[in-house]
Amino acid sequence: METLNPIKKVNIICSKGSIEDVYAALIMANGAVMEGIETNLFFTFFGLDAIVKNRMDKLHTAVVGNPALRLPGGLRMPTLLGIIPGMESLTSWMMKGQMDKLDVPPVSEFLDLITAGGGKVFACKMTVDMFKMTMEDFCEHVSGIITVGEFYEHAAGEGSHIIFT
Amino acid sequence: MAQKIYAGVTVDVNEEGYFTNPSQWTKEIAVEIAKEVGIVLTDKHFAIMEFLRNRYNSGDALSIRSINHSGVIDVKTFYQLFPGAPLKKATKIAGIPKPASCV
Repeated sequence: METLNPIKKVNIICSKGSIEDVYAALIMANGAVMEGIETNLFFTFFGLDAIVKNRMDKLHTAVVGNPALRLPGGLRMPTLLGIIPGMESLTSWMMKGQMDKLDVPPVSEFLDLITAGGGKVFACKMTVDMFKMTMEDFCEHVSGIITVGEFYEHAAGEGSHIIFT
Repeated sequence: MAQKIYAGVTVDVNEEGYFTNPSQWTKEIAVEIAKEVGIVLTDKHFAIMEFLRNRYNSGDALSIRSINHSGVIDVKTFYQLFPGAPLKKATKIAGIPKPASCV
């Protein structure tokens, strides 16, 4: 489909570290790369877990305080059930299983696909400092730890959009 | 439904130019579609297109991840072979419908 003002670049900020928050950012980013759109992914605050080597493939989804969470069959999941030990792991495991069936890869593999297509991945300097992390903590997909000013420099250009998830 | 003529053969396509009848496709036709999008086809292009056509014919969804697991080429090469929007371009040239997957 031809459009008059095509999106030329997307800059996606991921600030939360639950499965659904991270995947929202990754699916948007991968989709952009597949459309030939220049793509920057910027991870900040708890979103950083998605690029921390030993955490990225162990993300969880919240089972407490998540009013939209439903049990298989469609019944709403009572918050009290969420406090049962192992419930969060079980729910997260089930979510990942469902996504795998749709050919949605684990986070590390997803970042392989995104960077293979030319997408760029950055970590937020302020949060990295706050969490006392270094480049060593991050997966090989990360091309740099940048400030918010540098993020805006990367985001500059006609037809460029910023998406916050 | 629209029709187009490639390599002297009339084929059925949709409004975006994707084949609606993949059995009308031939390698000669592929070469001409590729020319339209500025790609010169090589053996590697044909190998991955064969994978895509087989996968389509067996009813499996086409995703970027499936390319990486194809054993034919990796995703990086795929992006180099079909620059820009690789899965859309590759399926168009391979004479199969546009992928309906988000990944």
